[in-house]
Amino acid sequence: MTMQADDPRLIEFDVRTDEMLVNMGPQHPSTHGVLRLVLRTDGEIVSETTPHIGYLHRCAEKIGENLTARQFIPYTDRMDYLAGMNMNLGWSLAVEKLLQMEIPEKGRHLRVMIVELNRIASHLLGMGAYGLDLGTFSPFLYAFREREKILDLFEAVCGARLTYSYLTIGGATHDLPPGWLQQCEAFLDQFEPNIEEYHTLLTTNQIFVKRTAGIGLLPAEMAISYGCTGPVLRGSGVDCDLRRDGEPIYTRMYEGYDFEIICERDGHYPDDYDYPPVPKEAQLGDCWHRFYVRMLEVVQSVSLIRQAMDKYSQTAGDYGIPVRFNHKLPAGEAYLETESSRGWMGFHIVSDGTAVPLRARARSGCFSNLSVIGEIGHGCLIADIPAIVGSLDLLMGEIDR
Amino acid sequence: MVESLIENWGFPEWMAYLIAATIPCVLLLHVVAVGALFFIWLERKVSGRIQDRLGPTRVGGKYGWLQSLADGVKLISKEDLVPAGADSWLFRLAPYISVSCCLAAYLTIPFAYGWVAQNLDVAVFFVLAILGLEVFGVILAGYASGSKWSLLGGMREAAQVVSYEVPLGLCVVLPVMLAGSMNLTTIAQVQSGWFTSWLIFYNPFLFVTFWIFFTCALASVNRAPFDLAEAESELVAGFHTEYSGLRWSLFFLAEYGSMFSVSALAVLLFLGGWNGPIPITSWIGWTFEYGWFWGTLGNFVGLANFIFKCSLGIVLMMWVRWTLPRLRIDQVMTICLKYCLPLVCLMLLGNLMWPWIAGPPSASFVQKRYEAYQHLHPEPTTETEADEETTAESNSVAISLPQQVNEKQKVVLTTSSTTDSSLPLQTN
Repeated sequence: MTMQADDPRLIEFDVRTDEMLVNMGPQHPSTHGVLRLVLRTDGEIVSETTPHIGYLHRCAEKIGENLTARQFIPYTDRMDYLAGMNMNLGWSLAVEKLLQMEIPEKGRHLRVMIVELNRIASHLLGMGAYGLDLGTFSPFLYAFREREKILDLFEAVCGARLTYSYLTIGGATHDLPPGWLQQCEAFLDQFEPNIEEYHTLLTTNQIFVKRTAGIGLLPAEMAISYGCTGPVLRGSGVDCDLRRDGEPIYTRMYEGYDFEIICERDGHYPDDYDYPPVPKEAQLGDCWHRFYVRMLEVVQSVSLIRQAMDKYSQTAGDYGIPVRFNHKLPAGEAYLETESSRGWMGFHIVSDGTAVPLRARARSGCFSNLSVIGEIGHGCLIADIPAIVGSLDLLMGEIDR
Repeated sequence: MVESLIENWGFPEWMAYLIAATIPCVLLLHVVAVGALFFIWLERKVSGRIQDRLGPTRVGGKYGWLQSLADGVKLISKEDLVPAGADSWLFRLAPYISVSCCLAAYLTIPFAYGWVAQNLDVAVFFVLAILGLEVFGVILAGYASGSKWSLLGGMREAAQVVSYEVPLGLCVVLPVMLAGSMNLTTIAQVQSGWFTSWLIFYNPFLFVTFWIFFTCALASVNRAPFDLAEAESELVAGFHTEYSGLRWSLFFLAEYGSMFSVSALAVLLFLGGWNGPIPITSWIGWTFEYGWFWGTLGNFVGLANFIFKCSLGIVLMMWVRWTLPRLRIDQVMTICLKYCLPLVCLMLLGNLMWPWIAGPPSASFVQKRYEAYQHLHPEPTTETEADEETTAESNSVAISLPQQVNEKQKVVLTTSSTTDSSLPLQTN
């Protein structure tokens, strides 16, 4: 029997391929915790990506309605557990905004120092984990080498290495221990030259560039319309950072600091940093740029910490205002967004005049960043999905709360 | 060996053949198994040092040298799971295909002069063919697991194999062309003398070819940056997602075994085989020309050379693995088919034209090639003396010994080779 090749039904039968639904996660090594992605694939090509969330939901907002504002601080740690200090700061500032409280200048410098140090730790882990997503293990441990030292510094400050609850309403729980600034200075001196290693291992590595450049292209308009924030937004070339553009109660922290928002303007990044050149293949808004923005922010944070240490040691006065755990909140509401390491972290607090808020709402930057994945996660290969998800630097603890 | 077993010891023929086959098989099994244990341990140490940590330090006292044995014991004691959705028969079969192919490749790899289980005339071809078969285990595992991730891993392996096999096969052609033989012993013999006579230094084209060969060899043993079939950040664990315990460790064994065999192939084809960088053994007279004792001593030095060079190749693979990110499947195919293949064709042409550029090969090279050929195809001899010699020494047999060499020198460890029909042994 001979096959009639011109019979369309035969051809259809002969070369027909099936689409396959692949469940990526929640127990998958590269979905950063418990993100679940349902991929519709045709062979290696992904035609649709649907994120499913909720596997790490811990009712943080409901808990917030049953605790006083000060008692809620430890729960904010557990939202973005890689940037606990940033979460503490977000909630504290929102409550302070409701209380119309202004903390002393020294406390503000202390906060900048701590928060930027935490941003470095968070970006380092994001950077290392991104290497892991792309199949290289060593940068991860290199990043951990430095992160451990930051955690040591935090341990000296507050006794905790992950969930700090250090920054609190009215400033911080206590002042820096003696000799801490020298330790921090020593760390920065040791850390700064090491950044070059990460650029060699990842940023300028030819395979890394091939895997990330032009992948997961997120145009600026799309990033804005999906509410993307943080390095994801700046990686698309949008000049927006709440440290400069935020509300006065937040931007006052950064008053007098010399820093420039990291994002590509007119085809190049700020000139203040010694950075490797952008490869030709990279397009604005791709995975490479998102990664690169994080890497440059690490350098920027180092400079911010140095400035903060100077200002802190030159400023006289107290590091904060003592606030009791059951401090009464005025009736009313306040909403404040801060620039956390992964994006805008907004806290909304509604009070009826008691110490326990009526509503404690958290707006997560990662949630919006994740929402864009359906838009940029199709038409690529399966291998690109970890690259895209990793470049968004998602953290499920923050998304699910 | 077979003849001596029959004549001197009175073994029945089938048993003589069995014994003659068992000895090299057992030896090779140990080489592979102990080698794999050692290289798994080495990988952990090397990766540890690369990543600014120590690696295993506890098991076995110093340096954690028993770590892989401890891992092996743990793996053996684990439950042997077969998923409900798997094709149970194929699922169980797949690791054995990988392992047996990996072991079979060792049959024709000479570890030193004459120390080879089967002195095949088509050894290069045989090793490549067997290594090509090994991927069937991977594809089968991916297909039979009944898991989508495994299936994707198997698919990737299939796509990868068609892309690296072509340039890999062409890379091998260059040294074969120069040596004029596909026998690995001959190819290594051609490279005797100083390290400058290694084929990698023969001309610039071979130097480039070596690195192409290395790249394709990395792809052929599924090592990073070509470890797509088991890409843990994309496919969970790829083709061995559903495997556990001993079956899983068989895949591991096959991977490390193949790493060694492709390294051995690279060493034999390009890096002088068992010939050291400096011909010390021939200076101090540790060759078969001065009796089999000295020859065997020299062979041990050669064995050390060979294993050291293979280990260097493996360490290089580890270094690459722990430094580079993984490529994407389309990029692997691009690299292999779009860059490596034309490049190696160019090298092939260049190598063909080398005599026009640099003149004909040196007299010493021609002489070595001639001698190696003579070793392989000695003049048919009718001397019965040789047989008597052989029968006198019950367990040492000469196979492909050169005629120029004193007939009394025998090589231990070799078995009868069916390919060498003109050998004195088989004249009776």
